[in-house]
Amino acid sequence: MSLQVTNLRVYYRTLAGDVRALDGVTFGVADGEIMGLAGESGCGKSTLGNSLVRFDPRMRYIEGRVELEGLELPIWDNAAMNDFRFKEVSIVPQYAMSALNPTRKIGRMTAELVAARGIPPETIVPELERRLDLVGLSRDVLDRYPIELSGGMKQRMVMVLSTILNPSLLIADEITSALDVSTQKAVAEMLVSFRDHGFVKSMIVITHDVSILYQIADTITVMYAGKLAEKAPTESIISAPRHPYTRLLISSLPEVGVRYAERRLAGIAGSPPLLLDPPAGCRFRDRCPVASEQCLQEPPFVEIEAGHFAACWKVA
Amino acid sequence: MRRYFGRKLLIYGLTFFIAATIDWMIPRFMPGNPVQSLLSRSHVAPDAVPALIAYYNNLFGLDRPIWEQYLSFWGALLSGDLGRSVYLTGRPVTDVIMSAVPYTLALLVPAILLSWWAGNSFGAMAARRRWLDNAALPIGYILTATPYMWLAIVLAWILGFIFRLFPISGGYSYALEPTLTWTFVGSLFSHWFLPFASLFLVMFGGWAIGMRNMIIYELDADYSRYLEALGAPTRLVRKYAFRNAVLPQITGLALQLGVIVSGALVTEIVFSYPGIGKLTLAAIQNEDYFLLQGIFLFIIVGVLIANFLVDIAYVLVDPRTRVGMSGRSA
Repeated sequence: MSLQVTNLRVYYRTLAGDVRALDGVTFGVADGEIMGLAGESGCGKSTLGNSLVRFDPRMRYIEGRVELEGLELPIWDNAAMNDFRFKEVSIVPQYAMSALNPTRKIGRMTAELVAARGIPPETIVPELERRLDLVGLSRDVLDRYPIELSGGMKQRMVMVLSTILNPSLLIADEITSALDVSTQKAVAEMLVSFRDHGFVKSMIVITHDVSILYQIADTITVMYAGKLAEKAPTESIISAPRHPYTRLLISSLPEVGVRYAERRLAGIAGSPPLLLDPPAGCRFRDRCPVASEQCLQEPPFVEIEAGHFAACWKVA
Repeated sequence: MRRYFGRKLLIYGLTFFIAATIDWMIPRFMPGNPVQSLLSRSHVAPDAVPALIAYYNNLFGLDRPIWEQYLSFWGALLSGDLGRSVYLTGRPVTDVIMSAVPYTLALLVPAILLSWWAGNSFGAMAARRRWLDNAALPIGYILTATPYMWLAIVLAWILGFIFRLFPISGGYSYALEPTLTWTFVGSLFSHWFLPFASLFLVMFGGWAIGMRNMIIYELDADYSRYLEALGAPTRLVRKYAFRNAVLPQITGLALQLGVIVSGALVTEIVFSYPGIGKLTLAAIQNEDYFLLQGIFLFIIVGVLIANFLVDIAYVLVDPRTRVGMSGRSA
């Protein structure tokens, strides 16, 4: 196991009380695994991604353990975490288009950043240039300012920069959301090639777009209202989902080659519960077509067959 | 690059032409007559008045048609002649202005530059230390919000009147003749201190607040968060934030430097400091067309030059302007 997360709880501090955005998640990511993390807005997927890299000032660590390569990550300690960031765990953020300092040439900013992490910048230059070639950026982007690059170029530059120190774990947070479909595909394939080249050992790809995950992910984890609903190999999630939420989520996606003129795509009725004071038991209960008395108890996240986990009384 | 500055220069030229025309118009459309008020001050025999009025009108060219006055204004201006002051009975306007300029510059240049530097450093520091932010920022707000005249008068009262540390009026001691001696320089300095300190304090508060807010904004920007997510040390993040936060402050500085030649009207009046500001007031009160026109022209040129210098400075510090002018699109 490259990454092992155990019972991680992270809340948001607000004036109205704690928002339980991440409420006890346990999962592992194997060496070389690309894990897709899907779910609707506000389900806690970005919170999970951020808490593995850097806590937002409003985020509050409650409990849980994160182990990467057998070492515990001190995620609650911003200063101690600095040793691991970039070198062991890195992120391609949601805002990759505006992640580069507008008043520094990209090459200089890269050099200053790497030097600040105690690595002589000239030692990474050959590798940096090799990787720019790989993602199809000309080497002279290093001599340009971010404003001189297109959105897609900036995105690729950030991907190269984030992974230049070969981290064990890369978190890619909604990196395809702002792109058109053809660019999405290119970026998704780039992520796979980064793994295949060994630039990153394993990856968590956060997105609300399940179809992208179908193309690149080895496993898909579905989150709902701050908890994990289901984790399984991509094929199982797409073709044989077990959790009722996953089933509804997959069935609401259009299928290639099927015309939807005669029937409407099914959505999921209702909306997720507020996480400020979530209901006890299964959080999907109110929207679930198969809910029963038993669902007032919280279902455990258990392995129902090899490599397939789900949190539902009906499938256990 | 050349096209960019060519276009800028054209705009500056046009601005100068329009501003100078308005400058010529303003005193002439003011109510009142400068020759009358000149004569009323100098106890002339009543029967000599019409003759004197005709004489002075002819001397200053006021009896000619208005379009001719306008053309001769441009003719004289282009040959560097700003006319003669009516109120200071015929001294060339250029001389009058030049004798006031050193005082204004010596007062405002240090006050603006030092307050800019100190205010920005202090604001950046306040943005990263909570206690400083909580304790010192309200002082900044109070300083900026204080009516300037009141602050100046309080300073003059405490330091000048109660403690008798500094004189409260004039550019140098009335007992001295301007000479190049240590006594005279010392007198200049002690007269300079209070107007300088009052200006410095007020501007310092404004810069500090602006910088503090800008830094907080920049530290929350995406590029700062990305650097932090990659474990960059605080020093690097702050360095970038400071550099980006200072850009709007440079624009602010330019605006301040531009109006520098107009002097600090209120300061100079409160402390009777013999700079351009005090001269402007005198010119208005005496309806001195040529002096007022000359002072305004001086201010116009000052603003334009300062703006041009800032255009150049911006090109040096902000790459985005460079991209814009070479026409390369992002």
